[in-house]
Amino acid sequence: MPAISRDEVAHLARLARIDLSDDELNHLAPQLDVILQSVAQVSEVAAQDIPPTSHPLPLTNVFRQDEIRPCLSAEEALAGAPIVDGAQAVEDERFRVPRILGEEA
Amino acid sequence: MSTPAATVPDLLDYDEVLERFDPVLGLEVHVELNTLTKMFCGCPTEFGAPPNSQVCPICLGMPGSLPVVNGKAVESAIRIGLALGCDIAEWCRFARKNYFYPDMPKNFQISQYDEPIAISGEVELEVEGQTFKIGIERAHMEEDTGKSTHVGVTGRIHGAEYSIVDYNRAGIPLIEIVTKPIEGTGALAPQVARAYVAHLRDLMRALDVSDVRMEQGSLRCDANVSLRPLGETAYGLRTETKNVNSLRSVERAVRYEMCRQGALLAAGGKVMQETRHWHEDTGITTPGRSKEQAEDYRYFPEPDLVPVAPSRKWVEELGTTLPEPPAQHRKRLFEAWGFTEMEFRDVIGAGALLLVEATVAAGATPAAARKWWLGELARRAKETEVELDALSITPAQVAEIQALVDAGKINDKLAREVFDGVLAGEGSPEEVVAARGLAVVSDDSALGAAVDRAIEANPDVAEKIRGGKVAAAGALIGAVMKEMRGQADAGRVRELILERLGAE
Repeated sequence: MPAISRDEVAHLARLARIDLSDDELNHLAPQLDVILQSVAQVSEVAAQDIPPTSHPLPLTNVFRQDEIRPCLSAEEALAGAPIVDGAQAVEDERFRVPRILGEEA
Repeated sequence: MSTPAATVPDLLDYDEVLERFDPVLGLEVHVELNTLTKMFCGCPTEFGAPPNSQVCPICLGMPGSLPVVNGKAVESAIRIGLALGCDIAEWCRFARKNYFYPDMPKNFQISQYDEPIAISGEVELEVEGQTFKIGIERAHMEEDTGKSTHVGVTGRIHGAEYSIVDYNRAGIPLIEIVTKPIEGTGALAPQVARAYVAHLRDLMRALDVSDVRMEQGSLRCDANVSLRPLGETAYGLRTETKNVNSLRSVERAVRYEMCRQGALLAAGGKVMQETRHWHEDTGITTPGRSKEQAEDYRYFPEPDLVPVAPSRKWVEELGTTLPEPPAQHRKRLFEAWGFTEMEFRDVIGAGALLLVEATVAAGATPAAARKWWLGELARRAKETEVELDALSITPAQVAEIQALVDAGKINDKLAREVFDGVLAGEGSPEEVVAARGLAVVSDDSALGAAVDRAIEANPDVAEKIRGGKVAAAGALIGAVMKEMRGQADAGRVRELILERLGAE
């Protein structure tokens, strides 16, 4: 029983918008499985009272004052819009994006 | 128009729904905090700024940028949690919610997942004389998304050709407040939902943590609704209705979903577990994405932000900054104002409690404040289909208008015109009175001529008054008022009439 199946890898690739061919999936899925199994060995060593590490530094409560800092101008921000058909994808001072199905924002 | 041409679903009569089914609600409310800056960067949060003028590499998700938590937002989150009766976590983390949707430029939203800052609270509501306890599951911190405008044939996302996005809102601190399943509301489910959101709005305002303007989106509600056969304990499949942006819509959307789901279930069908969109104009909901596809967000602890561990001392200190609890607040005002129970309930029902309170604080009597907010202003709010507090008039202006009435500068009739002017943005009440020439005329020379003309034109009435029938003066006062287009000082006119006719 592999730690991660080929179907699961395909699903994750789809969620991450990574276009994998069948050949790539056949090649990568078993490799990912090996990596996961290796990591699983660490879990075996770690006792119940050792929580998974999410942050390597023992810091908490790093806060910023609620003070306004300079931001980008709209021009600077929109300069980062992708070039589509030879022109910047900007309309009405907003980023133009492909049509989205499913949700109203 | 904006509703897709999909088939309009059948609706079961509301009473029939209740004869057969028991509604269960779950409400998710998003509150935009009123901090000066965003959750993780120092960009300003001002509403209505030019598009993409309040953004920086952090909220645009540029590579190499590093978010830092806004301490004030954490403080507000803790105060909200405490005001909802929640426990405040001793240690909690932020999490990345991964999804590809252009409203978040970095392809994830920083939120909290299984470690919310506040858990297990309760609020108490009174609806039509009944008390309902609403359990609070959690309140967590997250960041708002950008604002998409859909460009295309219909102007809405269904069938949209493309969208344009403004990221000014991306990164504004949000608190999401989630209820436990709300059971036992029966026929009052829609009103309870509305009362809950109204309660949160008042609470947030009292805490001064948010502008809570539903029409501007700083308070938003998603309503989960399900039905189960009467007597059944297991929950039915639920829908989550989004885009519910006014108190009135909360009530309507819940009621609509109950009737729609009731029709499906009564016909032996099944409710699809899905997100639905509320359409304010047509009063219906339409399907959005299905839940199964949506909830694969691969949350993981946000590596760029260290955990939040509020000390008990800090939490205790913030606890002392909480406003008076709403129930106590209401009780105090009820005792102070001297309204009847019915009058007071009407004030609450109209969402005018804080408005009346602020108007009284600005100098008006409670009765006068109530009269304007529940009369003239409620009527106008209804006509324009906005909430009372969305009218472009402040409690201080209402108090000012009343003060003008009390000073005899205008009368109630003219006051209505002053309301017109203020609501139309013509300036302060004083300015409107001056610009529109609305002041009451009490100058004897101007009034005297009109009084003389009225007496001349109504010799019979004048004779009656001379003969001692003082009550007949009303007809002459009316004539003078008519001639002076309502701007005469009625009291002075009466005196002048009686003086001239020697009747007092």
